[in-house]
Amino acid sequence: MPLAVVLILLVIGSLVFHILSPWFFTELASNWSMVDVTMNITFYVTGFVFVTVNLFLAYCVIKFRHKKGARAAYEPENKRLELWLTGITAAGVALMLTPGLFVWGKFVDVPADAHIVEAVGQQWHWTFRYPGRDGKMGEVDAERITMENPFGMDPEDPNGQDDILVYSPEVHIPVDRPVKFQLRSKDVLHDFAVAEFRVKMDLVPGMNTFMWLTPTRIDRFDLLCEELCGIGHHTMRGAVVVEDQADFDTWLAKQPTFRELNAKPAGNATVGAAQYAVCAACHGSEGEGNATMNGPKLAGQGDWYLKRQIMSYKNGLRGAHEDDVIGRAMVGMVATLANEAAVDNVVAHIGTLPDNEIAATIDGDVGHGKKLYAVCAYCHGGDGMGRQALNAPRIAGSSDWYLARQLQYFRDGVRGTHPQDFYGFQMGLMGQSLRDEQSVNDIIAYINTL
Amino acid sequence: MSYVAYADRDHEQEHHDPDTFITKYIWSQDHKVIAIQYGITAIFVGLIALGLSAMMRLQLGFPDEFSFINPENYYQFITMHGMIMVIYLLTALFLGGFGNYLIPLMCGSRDMVFPFMNMLSYWVYLLSVIVLIISFFVPGGSTGAGWTLYPPQAISPGTPGIDLGILLMLGSLALFIVAFTMGGLNYVTTVLQARCKGMTLMRMPLSVWGIFIATILGLLAFPALLVSAIMMLFDKLLHTSFFMPAISVMGMDPGYSGGSPILFQHLFWFFGHPEVYIVALPAFGIVSDLISTHARKNIFGYRMMIWAIIMIGGLSFIVWAHHMYVSGMNPYFGFFFATTTLIIAVPTAIKVYNWVLTLWEGNIHLRVPMLFSIGFIFTFIHGGLTGLFLGNVTIDLPLSDTYFVVAHFHMVMGVSPVLVVFGAIYHWWPKITGRMYNETLGKWHFWMTFLGTYAIYLPMHYLGFAGVPRRYFAMGNTDFLPDSAQDLNAAITMSALFVAATQILFFVNMIWSLKKGPKSDPNPWDATTLEWQTPDHPPKHGNWGHELPEVHRWAYDYSVPGYADDFIPQNVSADEAPAGRDHEGEH
Amino acid sequence: MTIALGFLAIILATLLGWLLKQTFNAEPWEAAVVSDTAHYGPFGADRSKLIALLGLMAVVSSFFALILSAYALRMELGDWVPMTEPQLLWTNTVMLIVASGALQWTRNAAVNDQQGRLRPGLLITGVLTLGFVLGQFIAWQQLQNSGQFITSNPANGFFYFLTGAHAVHILGGLYVWARATLKVVLGTGDATTTRRSIELCTIYWHFLLLVWLVLFGLLLST
Repeated sequence: MPLAVVLILLVIGSLVFHILSPWFFTELASNWSMVDVTMNITFYVTGFVFVTVNLFLAYCVIKFRHKKGARAAYEPENKRLELWLTGITAAGVALMLTPGLFVWGKFVDVPADAHIVEAVGQQWHWTFRYPGRDGKMGEVDAERITMENPFGMDPEDPNGQDDILVYSPEVHIPVDRPVKFQLRSKDVLHDFAVAEFRVKMDLVPGMNTFMWLTPTRIDRFDLLCEELCGIGHHTMRGAVVVEDQADFDTWLAKQPTFRELNAKPAGNATVGAAQYAVCAACHGSEGEGNATMNGPKLAGQGDWYLKRQIMSYKNGLRGAHEDDVIGRAMVGMVATLANEAAVDNVVAHIGTLPDNEIAATIDGDVGHGKKLYAVCAYCHGGDGMGRQALNAPRIAGSSDWYLARQLQYFRDGVRGTHPQDFYGFQMGLMGQSLRDEQSVNDIIAYINTL
Repeated sequence: MSYVAYADRDHEQEHHDPDTFITKYIWSQDHKVIAIQYGITAIFVGLIALGLSAMMRLQLGFPDEFSFINPENYYQFITMHGMIMVIYLLTALFLGGFGNYLIPLMCGSRDMVFPFMNMLSYWVYLLSVIVLIISFFVPGGSTGAGWTLYPPQAISPGTPGIDLGILLMLGSLALFIVAFTMGGLNYVTTVLQARCKGMTLMRMPLSVWGIFIATILGLLAFPALLVSAIMMLFDKLLHTSFFMPAISVMGMDPGYSGGSPILFQHLFWFFGHPEVYIVALPAFGIVSDLISTHARKNIFGYRMMIWAIIMIGGLSFIVWAHHMYVSGMNPYFGFFFATTTLIIAVPTAIKVYNWVLTLWEGNIHLRVPMLFSIGFIFTFIHGGLTGLFLGNVTIDLPLSDTYFVVAHFHMVMGVSPVLVVFGAIYHWWPKITGRMYNETLGKWHFWMTFLGTYAIYLPMHYLGFAGVPRRYFAMGNTDFLPDSAQDLNAAITMSALFVAATQILFFVNMIWSLKKGPKSDPNPWDATTLEWQTPDHPPKHGNWGHELPEVHRWAYDYSVPGYADDFIPQNVSADEAPAGRDHEGEH
Repeated sequence: MTIALGFLAIILATLLGWLLKQTFNAEPWEAAVVSDTAHYGPFGADRSKLIALLGLMAVVSSFFALILSAYALRMELGDWVPMTEPQLLWTNTVMLIVASGALQWTRNAAVNDQQGRLRPGLLITGVLTLGFVLGQFIAWQQLQNSGQFITSNPANGFFYFLTGAHAVHILGGLYVWARATLKVVLGTGDATTTRRSIELCTIYWHFLLLVWLVLFGLLLST
């Protein structure tokens, strides 16, 4: 008897849970409402079966449970009943399958007027490419990928010259225009998924895959990788910004083409030296850092990283948090660098500074730190020298007190919580397992030995 | 009862009556001992995998609390948890464990046809388990590529265990396949060749049918895993490019070119989907027998049940790419595979109807095995129905790679078969050990497991609807998830830990029973099948004493009108059936 | 995957046909008397090893059919360069055919109880089969010397994989052959067991010959 009651309660409970659940489909933001319709049909059919069969089961348990002197009926089979049940089931299956195939037919058939955006996946970042004015994507090849040519573009291909390259996990698309996402991976499998769009597709190295949709709502959506791609899989995020055509055009015009990137002049270290005078007050004249002024060592750090951080301060991605007092001071300082060229110059100057060893200030259990560091090594390298391909800066030989403070910032959400600070967000998630002071000290003590 | 003479039938079977402890319990060739060895080993690794899942749940439910779980070992845990549960626990337990124990006893044979090969099968299996466990402790740890072991990530930097970890994993799988092939050929041959007189195919209990067809599936499907494992080993060790395309990993060129990761996926799922049924079909068969026995009624639509098993088995080979709808394979395949996948729902639904219809007008004894069986029907309906979402290619678009998938396959392939495993262990425990277990403790175990697992997996589907991806170490902040999703995750973790902890009841019960349990009747459930009719209880080596049994009827003669008892064992001839008091006359 | 599917269809159809014959008209709930022959497989009560061998052959065929499926799928990708097989393979093929024939001759002798022919028959079979394996190995050496390594191209990769896997299966057969031959040479073991062993070996040899011919034909034609 309790079993039957529980079965009935489970059926009712499941229905109630389903109806009341605040956890359900996100609000649709694309043309794929038909996916939701197909799903609802399946919900009705399966829901009906779930309720009917289970209630019947509960009824049998009540009605035919063992009673003294009772005896079961004898009925080996009942062909008519079995045929009926088979027929009804087949009809239900057909009812669910038909709309599914119909919608899939639309999904595999990309509209002719769809514009193309290429999403390129790598461990553990998204980058994007637009075909540019000529509407044609240039040739790419995985074997041509370098730090200077992260997209693997063919420099000889005329179609590729005006391709617009977005080296950032944020992509923009205009609202109400069908877009075909052409998908490509540099290294392992990834998957391009935005919950509100309903559709997703894997990125497969060695081939191009695609999916299409028409965004219908202006908003900013989380882009997730949904195919296991290594230990940073859960940190591989991005954003799809849907905006109206005018805003989109403005944004796109600001993004560099392949030709522009190639023609860009390198930073001028001599000019940068003059501007560095401001920095030297805290970071030291040789970029060696100054703990009392809270200025970390800069010498030896990758120029790409320095530039990204300065730009982050300038664009409000860093130093905006109210608890980040030191960072807010830095925001004021970088304002002295008028534009991107000025940043390039000062970074070029820092590149000329001597990379001297600095004294350690933090002690800890190096052995334990080494164990913990195994996770860090995936991005920052076993030698702690950083890996530009993974957008991971050098941490070996840097100011250890600064590392400690940043780890604490990441943990407390002081750094890495700005919606556009994808790299900081990543570090925040990866640093999650470093929860106590001691572990932070141990790991930094180990980094000091590198 | 009539028996045929010992020598009449089984001159091809080799027999060695064991005399020492070692030959009796360690290097044993007795199918019953081998079954127990398989069972204990499988449950032991299963407990390791359960421990891993507890760690994963701790991380997911309380992402800011535990510093001993980092992304590296989290991905190793999910990989090893999946691999162990699917292959080393469920496959080994159903076929190596229950297959070994039940086939000879239910078919009326003395042992497997090739007892030595049977023993070898177990020891190679044990070796594969040992290799698997060693991989946890090698430098770099075990592989963290997910149980699907997809290349390129399985052998590329960025994933844990890309050196020794993945090599040992593939080696262990190869050993497992060898062990399974030795065992599987034995099971098939025994079913075909060593049935006792009168045991036609259509008189076999459905347990044997389920195990038989599952074994055939395994024999034909495991080679696909072997092929993909060998080719991946070549890619890893010899640097061929079967699966590996030209890539740039972490800014470096590993030197591959031209291979296809999708090719691996095709091979893997050509094994992987039948594998689902390798686990499910024995469960289907066993649960049919449990329901029939404890409802005192013949299984409804026996012939349909067999044909459903065969159809499901056959169809399972042409649905594999429904795991790959969004893999980037030719999208036109989607039409074909969605259709075949949903067709497979029809024979599966028939099985469910027939279980329920068996209960109809039955005489249901709600003993522990029956509770687990009815629990199975409920969870299997749930898991089967959610499969209709994922099999339908369109609905798979939003749900693929989310927690909906995790919830679905745990419901249909984790919880459901495990409920059958427990039901079966309780059911045959008296036969295996000769002792009864504690009924109350067994019922507690059922309730906590059944309700606890439902509390884990029902809400998990809804995380999937909301878009939570699977295989995420942590979500962090997102725009699309309500904050309450984390509370739900915490609740799921609590349920999971609760269920894991309550399994202790099972072990307490079994250990208590072994030590102090009351001696059981040779046929405590009044069952008809042959294993309950052995001359010794529990059955001794050779199973049948001097004479093999002779079978006169099918396995489901329960409550036959015109007979006093509500069951007639299979080896009772028409002349010997208990004198026919007219049952109707009693009232 | 069509190759694997086609192969599976054949196996499953065979099995299904036999099952149908056994089960279609049965009304299992009728406790009727059943014939003596209904409780073992299609080849008789004492042919368990034959059944197991057929099962093993199904498994091995599945293995090779899947490699061939992978071969066909991989071939369609852009970087495939067909390779020229060493001429030595023809010699090896002839050796394997003759070995298979010699074993068939031995089997016939065993069936007709011509005990004197067993020893030479088995030895010839063994020598030729070993010659085949050795020949395959030499073919590998020739390829390596001409700079055709396993990594040179997927076509080469598959060549080494297929020939290697086939050779391993031959070596497995040679183990069983060695046991049978030892019995014949030492004169232990009764005539029936020996005959049965030789029969099973013969089936397996023909099977591996057939597998080789399919592989060889495929390698030549692509």
